[in-house]
Amino acid sequence: MEAWQDRQMKQRFALLACVAVLVGCAAPKTMYTWGSYEDLIYASYAAPGSVPPERQIESMERDYQAARATNRRVPPGWHAHLGYLYYQAGKRDQAMQELRTEKAEFPESAVFVDRLLANIN
Amino acid sequence: MGTSKVVCLAALMMIAGCANQPPYDYTNYREHPPRSILVLPPLNESTAIEGTYGYLSTVSMPLAEMGYYVFPVAVVDQFLKENGMPTAGEMHEISLAKVAEITGADAVLFVTLQQYGSKYQVISTTVTVRAKAKLVDTRTGVLLWEGEATAKNGSQGSGNILADLIAAAVVQAINSKTDPAHGVSRQANSALFSTRDRGLLYGPYSPKYGKTN
Repeated sequence: MEAWQDRQMKQRFALLACVAVLVGCAAPKTMYTWGSYEDLIYASYAAPGSVPPERQIESMERDYQAARATNRRVPPGWHAHLGYLYYQAGKRDQAMQELRTEKAEFPESAVFVDRLLANIN
Repeated sequence: MGTSKVVCLAALMMIAGCANQPPYDYTNYREHPPRSILVLPPLNESTAIEGTYGYLSTVSMPLAEMGYYVFPVAVVDQFLKENGMPTAGEMHEISLAKVAEITGADAVLFVTLQQYGSKYQVISTTVTVRAKAKLVDTRTGVLLWEGEATAKNGSQGSGNILADLIAAAVVQAINSKTDPAHGVSRQANSALFSTRDRGLLYGPYSPKYGKTN
């Protein structure tokens, strides 16, 4: 009786392991780490003021650490958006720093970023 | 009986096959391949005012993952507002020359939301997002691509798995409670941009750049 239960248990574990492997395979692979970027954009429009810029910055900086830890890139526009949040929070230097990073990572942004930098200055 | 059923089925399948649209003509697109896309907040023809931003906050991911530089949508929106364009309607009137001057974008994506939101019916509630879009070359004004897609609720929140995992709980609560069409927008985008032979071509940052979708 006990042996039978033991075998059933083992089978269950095996099944669980198989499912876990399949789920792992099916996980979507993206080029970039998106983190909370789009959700924060949504929240800031859907419920303006519900998440203050400081908390959005915190969330994005956390995402950035997670991206770096796994050696992955953050998406286009991401650093410019973070720069914009720093600007809203009154942190001009960090804002400019993030805008420059955007330009360095994605040269396509140069014209727009230079314009934003000129506005901040 | 059995055979006639099979024949009928085969015929139906052929009809369904014939009904497929022909592939999109990508001649202009291939002649002016954009690196960067500026997405304007969508024109909202639906009755749901939350549609504009419910949609706008789902459009960066699919375009960037297809290999394009996507300008930061909220920053662009804010910039245009501060420069005399307070509504999406006014932003859609902007001249392409002005877009090129301000942003240096290779192409502009104009999206129109035709339907956005829930329809409450006796038995169930349907959440529908219907959108059409056109991609225009900023320097020449040539139409590179246009498409249209509809998505209905089905499996909600799919496509948003990554974001859901990492996003703050407060944000998630706002998402699912107040605006279910927000999640459906992602499905609409996937149908709009990624449908084989009808969607967008891969951009330069994609490992599939130069291959058909």
